[in-house]
Amino acid sequence: MSTKVKKMLFILSKGTIENAYAAFVMANGARMEGIESEIFFTFFGLEAIQKKKLEHLHVATVGNPAMNIPTMLGGLPGVEALATKMMKKEMEKLDMPPVGEFLEILSDSGCKLWGCKLAIDMFHLKEEDLIDELDGILTIGDFYNRADQEGTHLLFI
Amino acid sequence: MKKLIANREIDVNEEGYLIDFSQWNREIGEGIASNCDIEMTDKHWEVIEYLQDKHLKEEALSIRGIKKSGVINIKEFYALFPKGPLKTSTLIAGIPKPKSCI
Repeated sequence: MSTKVKKMLFILSKGTIENAYAAFVMANGARMEGIESEIFFTFFGLEAIQKKKLEHLHVATVGNPAMNIPTMLGGLPGVEALATKMMKKEMEKLDMPPVGEFLEILSDSGCKLWGCKLAIDMFHLKEEDLIDELDGILTIGDFYNRADQEGTHLLFI
Repeated sequence: MKKLIANREIDVNEEGYLIDFSQWNREIGEGIASNCDIEMTDKHWEVIEYLQDKHLKEEALSIRGIKKSGVINIKEFYALFPKGPLKTSTLIAGIPKPKSCI
């Protein structure tokens, strides 16, 4: 049995910008190494594939000790927006694409993008609310079945 | 270390990337490409020349850069160099492997 990674499956369940980028960078990094990759967007992760919302993801300033700002300040109006703006500026310096462009890059690179059926029904989303690059809507069982070869790994974010 | 490519001794690093770009020519590129099971076409060479040009200008390479290059789109790039496009194309181009995660 080979220990080499051949396919990476990601489940993105959160709608904060740092979690979305974690999934995107890892999925893209896999494709760049010749490894297959797919992302399953569920619950708040669906924010990242909704046309109207995807460019407005925020970094969490409350309940995030690593931000090094007091929780009470993090909750003040505008703080989250400011922190997000600063983070986006830093990302742009590193040539990290915005969410919409990143999704295009992933799709063009052969990374499959799936929506979670249960969460889409729960949030009453329609197909036209979701990005055109979406490859389809799956149940979690369908997604597990995408792990069809040796060397497949699954990550929950 | 030294590696025999297209009947010439070439200096490469442990991953096979050329250390000295001045040792590169099309035959060397062709030799590396055939080791990667890639048959070079005009489009492949166009991409290689674009990458070398970027390298000489000391501009960092990224997949986003490829998207904006005007030379090739990402889908075609993956079709030409299927197993890790930037990794393989820079290897053939005789320039260093890009260090970026994106």
